[in-house]
Amino acid sequence: MSEKRQQSEDKLLEKVTTTEYKYGFTTNIESDTIPKGLSEDVVRIISAKKNEPEWMLEYRLKAYRAWLEMEEPNWANINYTKPNYQEIIYYSAPKQKPVLDSLDDLDPEMKAMFDKLGISIGEQNKLANVAVDIVMDSVSVATSFKEKLGDLGIIFCPISDAIQDHPELVQKYLGSIVPARDNFFSALNAAVFSDGSFCYIPKGVKCPMELSTYFRINEAGTGQFERTLLIADEGSQVSYLEGCTAPMRDENQLHAAVVELIAMDDANIKYSTVQNWYPGNAEGVGGVFNFVTKRGICYKNAKISWTQVETGSAITWKYPSCILKGDNSIGEFFSVAVTNNMQQNDTGTKMIHLGKNTKSTIIAKGISAGKSEGNYRGLVRISKGATNSRNFSQCDSLLMGDKCGAHTFPYIEVKNNSSKVEHEATTSKIGEDQIFYCNQRGIGTEAAIALIVNGYCKDVLNQLPMEFAVEAQKLLEISLEGSVG
Amino acid sequence: MLKINNLKAGIEDNQILKGINLEIKAGEVHAIMGPNGSGKSTLASVIAGKEEYEVEGGEIDFEGQDLLDLTPEERAHKGVFLSFQYPVEIPGISVSNFIKTSINERRKAAGLESMPAKNLLKMLKEKMELLSIDKGYLSRNMNEGFSGGEKKRNEIFQMAMLEPKLAILDETDSGLDIDALRIVANGVNKLRTKDNATVVITHYQRLLDYIVPDFVHVLYKGRIVKSGGKELALELEQKGYDWITKEADKQWA
Repeated sequence: MSEKRQQSEDKLLEKVTTTEYKYGFTTNIESDTIPKGLSEDVVRIISAKKNEPEWMLEYRLKAYRAWLEMEEPNWANINYTKPNYQEIIYYSAPKQKPVLDSLDDLDPEMKAMFDKLGISIGEQNKLANVAVDIVMDSVSVATSFKEKLGDLGIIFCPISDAIQDHPELVQKYLGSIVPARDNFFSALNAAVFSDGSFCYIPKGVKCPMELSTYFRINEAGTGQFERTLLIADEGSQVSYLEGCTAPMRDENQLHAAVVELIAMDDANIKYSTVQNWYPGNAEGVGGVFNFVTKRGICYKNAKISWTQVETGSAITWKYPSCILKGDNSIGEFFSVAVTNNMQQNDTGTKMIHLGKNTKSTIIAKGISAGKSEGNYRGLVRISKGATNSRNFSQCDSLLMGDKCGAHTFPYIEVKNNSSKVEHEATTSKIGEDQIFYCNQRGIGTEAAIALIVNGYCKDVLNQLPMEFAVEAQKLLEISLEGSVG
Repeated sequence: MLKINNLKAGIEDNQILKGINLEIKAGEVHAIMGPNGSGKSTLASVIAGKEEYEVEGGEIDFEGQDLLDLTPEERAHKGVFLSFQYPVEIPGISVSNFIKTSINERRKAAGLESMPAKNLLKMLKEKMELLSIDKGYLSRNMNEGFSGGEKKRNEIFQMAMLEPKLAILDETDSGLDIDALRIVANGVNKLRTKDNATVVITHYQRLLDYIVPDFVHVLYKGRIVKSGGKELALELEQKGYDWITKEADKQWA
């Protein structure tokens, strides 16, 4: 390698390591916080604070007891110091409550924060046609467009409200797709979740706007355990988007969420995530531990499509999955997962084919830079009864520099003869010749990388709702700034 | 416009260009010919600023500024264009998106706003007609799955869109059948003005039947060993390179 090129690589590498996390500020909002640590009492306090019915407390306690007997999983290809669960604060809520009549009544500090995050809960959203639920630390602080959606019978509210107002729906579906005992983190979440979003789309209704939840960890030392439950009744349609950011802190913050989707016959759910939790600094200090369980079930002719753009978190452990129970149902998973500096992720999906003629598509694009490690882990299971089913998987890895790693762990189980499974995988580097070609056309190296990465991710970014696709593109550029090798 | 003075360059310890001198004025077409391995493509790459080539001496004066002080993209912004011998694929990026980015990056460097979409579309349409390119082509991904001829045509299309002052065509004729060659050459000729210059690097005389040069230079072992008018190309076609290279070898011995 020529000296000149070495110098330019060093320069670029230095730039990567100094690229700042844009959302790392903290906000001074008074909060109501309980002492750290986890016990039955803490679970009871959380439930009491939310004024929950008895069945909900029972659900939590059962989950807590199950959790006590479980062990933190260690099969993922990630290295981290396991959190001390007694050092975490399990409930923190901004003091300003109850939920406001109008978003104009928001605490000005909080309003300023949302402006900084680029979320406007006022006029702009009306133009963009997006209804937003905002969850800060542990509770939902604002939900917009509730009334307009209500006219169509759509329920979109904090899950704590749903527990009060729609107990029959919550009780029926909560934990039905991701049981508390499913895994260590889902049990923890079931025990201590304090808020999240709830959504119900009635039969035959096509939700007229994007529904969106915005998650923010603010308080130091707190874990965030949100719970999302989305039910699309027969023949309904909904597109849902979640985004997340956190302040820069030296300690690791824990995020363990559970998302459950239910797509009844002929329903269609599109669930998009732009995950940008604080990734830690260049040396790997701080950052969010992101342990998330996301799963959906499709009944007859239903479709669930997961799209995720994962750029944040020190550790990501996440496998949005589809249970294709009904005949002719469809599951999709589109993912761009970026790791830079010292980030590690182990992410992918599970497609469980149970019904006949079920179809699934997996497009996973990993991008690794710095000293990071990216892993794709996926399972395609076609059961005996899932005749004439099909899966197509494509797992691509793009490496930048020579200090990062990318690994693919595909698991395929097929139990009948009439189904067809295809798996394609590639690993590539951004070529010097590609960059020079762009340079020669007047496109600088940074812009060239952004262009090449965008081209690489196009199949996934195209799945995002328009306005978020642009955001995601920018996010990719920021996450990878200067990371050529 | 371009004045190359005693340019020496190579890869790692291998010196390929051993003192090139060349002057090109606006409105001129120069052909650089020579046997394989004589340094033709290296010269093109060094002018464009490809990093793997180490410049050991000399200068490349382009309109009063030494190109060697500039990054490849800065050279492009100044109006230097290289039509690649082996154009590179950029998966997922459409031809139109790539050209738009290219034009707008150059405008940005000049302190101009992005080109309005309307103007861009109009220009795309004009230049496509010029090069007999059909519409579906714009939405294809850059060079992905292109035939050899399509790739070369794509290079000339970008040249037409970017309107460079100095265009270097590196073996643009290789991989083209006779019809494609005619279309490409025809396009290059139409793009000629009294203000721009073209350097045609080629192995064969064939291309020069269509793009008629004002000057022909023979490059051999990293030096220009003979220069002449367009008739030199014909002479080479008949006699081959031997008579020139033998002469040069004798001189250097």
